[in-house]
Amino acid sequence: MFIYRHKLPTRIMHWINVTCFIVLFMTGLNIFNAHSALNIGKSSYNGLAPVFEIKSRQNSKGELIGVTNILGYEFNTTGVLGASTGPNGNMIKRGFPSWLTIPGPKWLAMARHWHFFFAWLFVINGASYLTHSFLSKHVQRDLLVNKKDRASFWQSVKDHARFKHPTGEDAIPYNVLQKIAYLSVIFILLPLIILMGMAMSPFLNSLIPGWVDLFGGRQTARTIHFIVAWLLVGFVFIHVFEVIITGLWNNIRSMITGQYYIDTSHKKGQ
Amino acid sequence: MHQYDRRRFFKRMMLGASAVVLAGCDKLSNSQTFTGLLKTGESFSKNARGLLNNPKSMAQEFSEADLSPSFRSNGTSMPNSAEYIALEKNNFVDWSLEVNGLVEKPLKLTLADIQALPSRTQITRHDCVEGWSAIGKWTGTPLHEILDLAKPLTKAQYVVFYCADPMNDDGTDKYYESIDMVDALHAQTILAYKLNGETLPVKNGAPIRLRVERQLGYKQAKYIMRIELVEKLDHIAQGKGGYWEDSAGYEWYAGI
Repeated sequence: MFIYRHKLPTRIMHWINVTCFIVLFMTGLNIFNAHSALNIGKSSYNGLAPVFEIKSRQNSKGELIGVTNILGYEFNTTGVLGASTGPNGNMIKRGFPSWLTIPGPKWLAMARHWHFFFAWLFVINGASYLTHSFLSKHVQRDLLVNKKDRASFWQSVKDHARFKHPTGEDAIPYNVLQKIAYLSVIFILLPLIILMGMAMSPFLNSLIPGWVDLFGGRQTARTIHFIVAWLLVGFVFIHVFEVIITGLWNNIRSMITGQYYIDTSHKKGQ
Repeated sequence: MHQYDRRRFFKRMMLGASAVVLAGCDKLSNSQTFTGLLKTGESFSKNARGLLNNPKSMAQEFSEADLSPSFRSNGTSMPNSAEYIALEKNNFVDWSLEVNGLVEKPLKLTLADIQALPSRTQITRHDCVEGWSAIGKWTGTPLHEILDLAKPLTKAQYVVFYCADPMNDDGTDKYYESIDMVDALHAQTILAYKLNGETLPVKNGAPIRLRVERQLGYKQAKYIMRIELVEKLDHIAQGKGGYWEDSAGYEWYAGI
């Protein structure tokens, strides 16, 4: 039996969001490459070493190697971070490799044009999603954690660990972990990444002088922006994984046409 | 600030485009129509600045404890021009700042003249477009003090700063920047001649550099030689209002 799962505006906004996220992430990495270090504090030069840095240097044989430093621990990341294959097939100095960035080459000005255009689209789309989802009661009905969810929390954890998912009519509502994941992304991670992006703007800093220090200063904000971007990538990986194991085509169809198939043949008591 | 080599990019795009989508994105980056669309993002930001309106909002000021141990120099650290080298050798005694264009009273001010005007000291954060920040204490003459003397005509819309540093090894393409009157008359917009209480070092823009604190680093023109008030920016160089705006496509409004 087919049910109508996702409303048209939700579906449209979902795919706009996908596009925005991919572009923002990949242009963001291009922007990061212009200064491939992350610091804590108000400035980058405050006597504290970067908490994360991608560098390159020559090894004893004179070859270019890529090195990534995380909280003082160094890793050789040649080939991916710090040094990767350039246009002529030789190793070049580069933070993130060109296959992860938009545009492919090092091009800060163009990456910024892309990033800010899609940032506006992303914010407008996000605001429309929130408005629509509250007015249509999507948040209240489908996303908020209810009594039943709280009771099923540990069972849901166990089920997820065994890759076991509700079927039939039980698959219609979101499960509790799914709800928590969506709520965290919608109400914590996405607003935070937008705010931390705004915290890097010298003009927006001036509107309420000092607000950026509530988050530890501009360089801390840049670091948080970067970390949240990767947390969102982590969410996307889990999300896509769950989509695949709970019925790839059924899930994708429901996000394109709205139609979601549920198997009612095993209904109990009938 | 990076020099960008178009030829290398094309080669790279041909040889290195492993994924079709990414190659598509790169192609879009070279399409005027598409980049024109992308740049509507910039006008959105500029208009949002108008809406949020606070032409007088003040950039955050910091305490001495926040000062960066050494203020990073980026771009030019020693202008490669015979004229500048001679001026620097003589401690800028022969240097003067020209103020002309759409003004009632064109000026020629020596460093001593500028330093005799009221000064402002501010500890501010310099945010480079690349992503890093440094905090420094700047002392200088508010630009509005100088404009008050020159008396801009009402049709003057922009202030253009012409610098001494050539951006090419052959001595051509001297750096320049421009700001609008809102920023020009802002209380924190100063022509700085001191950094952290000392005479402004050459690597940071001696004898004077601009501080326009609500914008990114590339707007903070160093080694200023001349200030011109204009109505429009299109007749200056390639018309985008600044060296990096013209040569690499950076936004003229650098508040984001």
